[in-house]
Amino acid sequence: MGGLVQMARSPWGQDVPIHIAWFLIYVCAIGGLAFLMVHAVYVRYFAKQEEFSGTVNPRLAAAVPERVKRHSFAARAFHWIMAAAMLTLLVTAFLPKVGVQFNWVPIHWIAGLVLTASIIFHIIHASFFMDFWAIWPNKEDLEEGANRMKRALGQDAPAPRRFAKYPLENKMYHGIIVLAGLAVICTGIFMLFRIRTGILPRNPYLFGDMTWGLMYVLHGLAGVGLIGLVIVHIYFAMRPEKFVLTKSMAFGTLPKEYYLSHYDTERWKVVESSMSQGAGD
Amino acid sequence: MAVIRDVMPAFDLLQPTSADEAQKLLQQHGHDAWVLAGGLDSFDWLKDRIKKPRVVVDLSGVDELRGIRAMSDGGVEIGAMTTLTEVVTNPTIKQKFALLSQGAELAASPQIRNQGTLGGNVSQDARCHYYRAGWPCYRAGGNICYADTPTGRNREHAILDANRCVAVNPSDSAPALIALDAKFVIKTSKGDKVVDAEDYFIGPDIDITRLNILRPGELLTAIRIPATWANAQFFFEKVRDRNVWDFALMNVASAMKVSGGTIQDARIAVNGAAARPLRLKAVEDAVKGKPNNAATGEMAGKLAVQGAMPLQFNAYKIPLMRNLVKRSIGGVEVAAWAV
Repeated sequence: MGGLVQMARSPWGQDVPIHIAWFLIYVCAIGGLAFLMVHAVYVRYFAKQEEFSGTVNPRLAAAVPERVKRHSFAARAFHWIMAAAMLTLLVTAFLPKVGVQFNWVPIHWIAGLVLTASIIFHIIHASFFMDFWAIWPNKEDLEEGANRMKRALGQDAPAPRRFAKYPLENKMYHGIIVLAGLAVICTGIFMLFRIRTGILPRNPYLFGDMTWGLMYVLHGLAGVGLIGLVIVHIYFAMRPEKFVLTKSMAFGTLPKEYYLSHYDTERWKVVESSMSQGAGD
Repeated sequence: MAVIRDVMPAFDLLQPTSADEAQKLLQQHGHDAWVLAGGLDSFDWLKDRIKKPRVVVDLSGVDELRGIRAMSDGGVEIGAMTTLTEVVTNPTIKQKFALLSQGAELAASPQIRNQGTLGGNVSQDARCHYYRAGWPCYRAGGNICYADTPTGRNREHAILDANRCVAVNPSDSAPALIALDAKFVIKTSKGDKVVDAEDYFIGPDIDITRLNILRPGELLTAIRIPATWANAQFFFEKVRDRNVWDFALMNVASAMKVSGGTIQDARIAVNGAAARPLRLKAVEDAVKGKPNNAATGEMAGKLAVQGAMPLQFNAYKIPLMRNLVKRSIGGVEVAAWAV
C-alpha cells in the first residue's frame, strides 16, 4: 500500500497515512480514457449485432404508448442535480492537485452537501416511491450476463432475453457508484469537522491521527475512482446507440420502438396484461 | 540512534552565474530544487532536516540579481539578491521611498540584514512553530492545522483569511512594497512576467503549501518600485515581542498623498494578520477625500478589522491591527494615559 498512500510521521512518532498518492488521479483518468478507447474499438470492429431470444406479444405491443415513460421528473431532477454536484466535486478536488489553483474548499464542501442531500432524497424516493429492487442485480441478470459474455467471446450460449428496465451493466455501475458515493459522503461529512463551515462545530480532535488519515485515504480513493466512473458514464451517455437513453434522462420517455426492441415487456411492464399502466418510476 | 539536527542533509550544490542559467537549473530540477538566496530561511530548514531538497541552486554568484538601479520613470529596480542593508542605506530609496527603507530596517538584526536579501525577505516561508518543527500539517502536505486546535498555541497566527492553515506571512518589507505599488519580476521558461506586489503573495485558499506564486522553475529576479508614490507621506510600524530583533506580530505600511489636510489617495497594507500581506482596499477607498486626522484613522482602524476571527490566543491582534491602521492614517498620537 506504501506507494498508493502518502504517509507522515505524527508529532507522537507514529507513522500515519495522510492522503492518497496524487499520481492516482492520473491513473484513474487514464484508466477511464483507456477503457472508452478499447470499448469504442471493440464496438466498431469486433462486436456482433445485438440478438435477443423470444418475441414480443403483439397484443401487448399494440398497447404500448408511443412514448414509454422511463424516468419520473423527480428521478430526472435527482440525476442532474447529483451529476452537477459530482462534477463540481471532482473539479474542485482534483484541479488544484494538477496545478489549477483557486479557492476550492468552500465550493467543494457546499457541492458535497448538495450531493448528500440529493442522495438522501434518492434513497427515500427509491425506497418508498419506486421499484426499489429494479436496480439491483438478481439471479436472472447474472445468468443472462454470463450468456452474453460467452456469446461475445464466440462461445455457444443461448441468446439472452430482452432486458428488464435496467440491464446488468447499469445495475453493476449503480452498485459501484453507490459504494464510491457513500464512501466519499460518509468520510466527507466527518471531514467537515476539520474546516470552518459555520454548520458543524470545528473539532479536529474528533478522531485520532490514524483514523483521520484512513478517512482521508478512503475519501481520496473513492474520489479518484469516481473520476474513472464518471468518464465511463459520460462516454456511454454520448454513444450513438445509447443516446436515446440519455435523452430519456432529460425528457423522461423512450420511443416505443426502442422499448419493444430492447426490453422484455414482462420484465419491465409498462402495460399490464389487462392493459393497465404499469409501475414506472 | 539519535537524529543529527545540526548537519545538513546531502544535496547537489549548483552555482549558476547568470539569471538565465539559474532559471534553467530550476526548470530542469523542478520540485527537487531549492533556491538559496541569503540562506537565512533556507539553512533553518536544511539543518533541521525538515526540507531535504536534492538540489540547491545558490544564487550568490549571480551578480545581475544584485544592485539598485534607477528606472527611466523615476522609480527604482532592486535586484532580488540585494541585501536588506543595501536597501536600507541606498540614498535614492531613503529619499524617495523611505517606506521601504523603514520596513527593511526593522527586519531582524544588522547581521541578518547584511546577509538577508530583499527577494528572500519577501519569499521566506511561514514561521509557524508547528510547521517549522516538521509536523505533518496542511502547509507541509498533511491534513490538519496543529495551531488551530483547542489546545494549539496560536498567539502569532492569523485573524483574517484563515483557510485550514492559520500561519501568517513574516515579511517586513512586503507590506511596504505593496503600499509602494511595487512590481515583482519573475523569470520563467516562457520569459519574464511582472506581477503586482499584492498578487505575488497567496493565501491557503489558493495554495496551502506556498506563501507566494513562485512555481518550480520560476525565479524572482527583481522588484520595481514605480515613481507613482515617490515622496508620498509614509508610515511604517512594526510590533514585536522583543524590540532587539524579532519577527513581527503585526506591521503596517501606508503611503498617502495628502493635499491641504485631505487624503487624495492612499495605499495601506498590513502583515502578520493573514497568510499573505493584506492590502486594505476598503480602508483606502474609505479614507480618500477625508482629512488625515485621528477621526479618519479611528474609522479606518475599525473598518480594517471587520471580519477578523481570532483564535484562542491571538484576540489581542484585533485591537493591535485596529490601532496600527489608525496610526497609519491619523498619525501617532500621544497616548491618552500619558497626557
